[in-house]
Amino acid sequence: MPAVTETLETVQSVTDSGYKWGFETDIEMEFAPKGLNEDIVRFISRKKNEPAWLLEWRLKAFAIWQKMEEPRWAAVSFPPIDYQDSHYYAAPVQKAKPKSLDEVDPELLKTYAKLGIPLKEQAILAGVEGAGETPAEGRMPVAVDAVFDSVSVATSYKERLAKEGIIFCSISEAVQEHPELVRQYLGSVVPQGDNFYAALNSAVFTDGSFVYIPKGVRCPMELSTYFRINAKSTGQFERTLIIADEKSYVSYLEGCTAPMRDENQLHAAVVELVALDDATIKYSTVQNWYPGDSEGRGGIYNFVTKRGACRGARSKISWTQVETGSAITWKYPSCILQGDDSVGEFYSVAITNNRQQADTGTKMFHIGRNTRSTIVSKGISAGKGQNTYRGLVKISPKAHGARNFTQCDSLLIGDQCGAHTVPYIENRCMTAKVEHEATTSRIAEDQLFYCRQRGLNEEEAVGMIVNGFAREVLKELPMEFAVEAQKLLQISLEGSVG
Amino acid sequence: MTAVAATGSAAFLGRYEGLRTRLPGARVAWVEALRERAAEAFRQSGFPTRRVEAWKYTDLAGVAGAVFGEPLTSVEDRLEIPAAMHPRAVFVDGRFRPDLSTLAGLGFTAESLADALPRLEGWLGSLARPASEPMAALNGMLFEDGLVVHVPAGVAGGVLELLSIATESERAPAYHPRHLVRLGAGASLTIVESATGPSGARYLHNPVFEIEVAEGARLNHGRLQLEGHEGVFLSTVYARVGAGAAYDNFTLNAGARLARNEIHVALTGLKAEAHMNGVQLVGDGQHADTTTSLDHAAPDCASRQTYKTVLAGRSRGVFQGKIHVHQVAQKTDGYQMNQALLLSPEAEIDSKPQLEIYADDVKCSHGATVGELDADHLFFLRARGIPEAQAKAILVEAFLTEAVEAVADETIRTALTRGVAGWWGRQGVAGGLEEA
Repeated sequence: MPAVTETLETVQSVTDSGYKWGFETDIEMEFAPKGLNEDIVRFISRKKNEPAWLLEWRLKAFAIWQKMEEPRWAAVSFPPIDYQDSHYYAAPVQKAKPKSLDEVDPELLKTYAKLGIPLKEQAILAGVEGAGETPAEGRMPVAVDAVFDSVSVATSYKERLAKEGIIFCSISEAVQEHPELVRQYLGSVVPQGDNFYAALNSAVFTDGSFVYIPKGVRCPMELSTYFRINAKSTGQFERTLIIADEKSYVSYLEGCTAPMRDENQLHAAVVELVALDDATIKYSTVQNWYPGDSEGRGGIYNFVTKRGACRGARSKISWTQVETGSAITWKYPSCILQGDDSVGEFYSVAITNNRQQADTGTKMFHIGRNTRSTIVSKGISAGKGQNTYRGLVKISPKAHGARNFTQCDSLLIGDQCGAHTVPYIENRCMTAKVEHEATTSRIAEDQLFYCRQRGLNEEEAVGMIVNGFAREVLKELPMEFAVEAQKLLQISLEGSVG
Repeated sequence: MTAVAATGSAAFLGRYEGLRTRLPGARVAWVEALRERAAEAFRQSGFPTRRVEAWKYTDLAGVAGAVFGEPLTSVEDRLEIPAAMHPRAVFVDGRFRPDLSTLAGLGFTAESLADALPRLEGWLGSLARPASEPMAALNGMLFEDGLVVHVPAGVAGGVLELLSIATESERAPAYHPRHLVRLGAGASLTIVESATGPSGARYLHNPVFEIEVAEGARLNHGRLQLEGHEGVFLSTVYARVGAGAAYDNFTLNAGARLARNEIHVALTGLKAEAHMNGVQLVGDGQHADTTTSLDHAAPDCASRQTYKTVLAGRSRGVFQGKIHVHQVAQKTDGYQMNQALLLSPEAEIDSKPQLEIYADDVKCSHGATVGELDADHLFFLRARGIPEAQAKAILVEAFLTEAVEAVADETIRTALTRGVAGWWGRQGVAGGLEEA
């Protein structure tokens, strides 16, 4: 995806070591005052020119949030978050729409260049009219929605998608252009009061992507969102809503980066997916938020609620995630398998190095008959990292013939890290079949020796072995993504051996 | 506390306040202090609710809401006790009965805890954790008796039976025996424990074991939980296993309306071993819970766990098993498997295996499966003229075999096979199988 596309070579040269996406763009920004109260919620809603129902919806969420407590059950630890010490709205100041690349704020351009987004696409991302409606040579076209701090700055290939009847835009735009769809589906999978962070997001979400694939349409290209936190003392609260109507198909990619800072920044997103009869949604994430330094200073708190509803018969939702960034990851992409014969999948690779902490996994709710789910989770711990798989497979009494297979493997690199597995299995249906297996091990000496013998240095050898360990998950990623993800795994483990 | 209440934690705390000057060891300072610590923990926790993670799947609301009395001090002796095969300690309603026990001529000590209490300082309470396990707190506050076993270093203790019998009583007694077992270096012992009660009697049996297995010693601990249908069995075992020593626990969890079998094992010396196996047979109206936690706290230790649950009728089974590997515990080899077989559409199984690992040079794995009888297997047997009920019986037996065969001790295995057959017979009569 663009966030990492062609990045590694280009971006590796930008900074010498460590996190390669850690630069900050100095750009003119507009902020809401620090703090969180009803006025801020109203401010955001007003900024976005929202209809009254949405403001009411936000205020209800805010009221719920105020009564909730932060969840403390995950195996992560962090100092208390001061929710009043953040800006809940930050946006680059948009002047009149630029006519050519020359008119675009050069700082914004530089950001995209450093992130390795090809020039053709850059023109689109910066909002240049008429540019890039044809794909760059030799590449599959990827439509991109770029979210810079609180707002979506650009969405590409919109016209081409519109020919198919596909709606792909920022959620703010969808609220204006397609209010009926937003109103029908927003919060229908993750209600406002679902959990502490989802409630916070519902109150203050600023932007995100919206996708609607009409009946019978197979989306002709990958859709992608690229999230970047840039400004200091901001939180990012994006909201993504994807609806796949009957017999449609969409593959969606998500990537993210942030500057290096000593402070912790909060990212509390909500993603809702709805798949109707015979529809398929494939959702892939490469999460590369700033992880903090080797002493655990700074880094993003990635507290995200992702959930998909397989509402229709034979529908399918597949989550694939590569989690390499963030100081703390708290994330459980889930599937509600309501439709008969619907399918849920979760493929995950999570790496924790230095002092990173990850508590991630999935929930599969089997409600319809003959529903099937597959969970493959690969956790890699290095340095002083703590990595937890936490998952739930729940089979309701009516889910006859339901089937689940779960595999959780952990790899430990170094004796200061931890790997934990906490699966929950709740079965109330006699005809359901659930299988779970988990293993924990380290890289075997003989594997390392074999690679070293063939002239690989220790880091290369570890990288190769780790990629082999994660292969089952990486092969689920769209190809372009998979190559980059492999390199990312290797970079994330730098300094963990030798 | 209100005058009416007399249920739940308030009732038990009230009883403790009323009895504290009369409980065994009442004027012994360290015993008083131990009870008070337990009482304080129980005041804090009360009966755990399902909001407590360790009790997520087992609801004690029914126990907390019930009225329990004290066991009678003298019980009518019309108990039907099977003939002893081995030296035996008998407890009736939680009290040691020397008249029914045969403990003479042993090569080691086995005596009543009430008698031995003044000599148990530093031993009693050394492993139990009232602050983290509320039922151990309740036990620590109100224990009155139990069995104290000490096998000196190098002694082969043979087999010892521990029989716990509940009697028919209007009082719905609650009792909290505390059993201590200590094996010296290189010693060995097999304990065959069974707990039974009349089918209609209401009672709460809340035993706590504190077990120490010193270097090179071996303890086989077979437990047959065959409590009466209205009984509540909440048991907590703590075991500490030294270098080169082995603790082998097998539990059949088949009786009681509500049963929880909680086992905490710590491997604290080089090359210590733990084998924990169990079978849960859960029939109509029953709830059975096995919760294990295994601490690998020393290098080169091995642990093996296999638990099987069969559910019939309207029933619920729970398995929670945690393997915790400390940072020092390099070269750990840990394995755990739990499997459940559902024979009825009204049964529910909840399973939570868990790995918590802080050392890198380890080999740890766990597995869990849940399902019904394999239709192909059933068809195969039926095609050979075997009636359905019998075919099912064969398949269930085959399912349990792995856990049963893992039991090293012959005596325990025999007792276990009988226990399984008994449960199976009752399910057949109750029609549980035909429903399936």
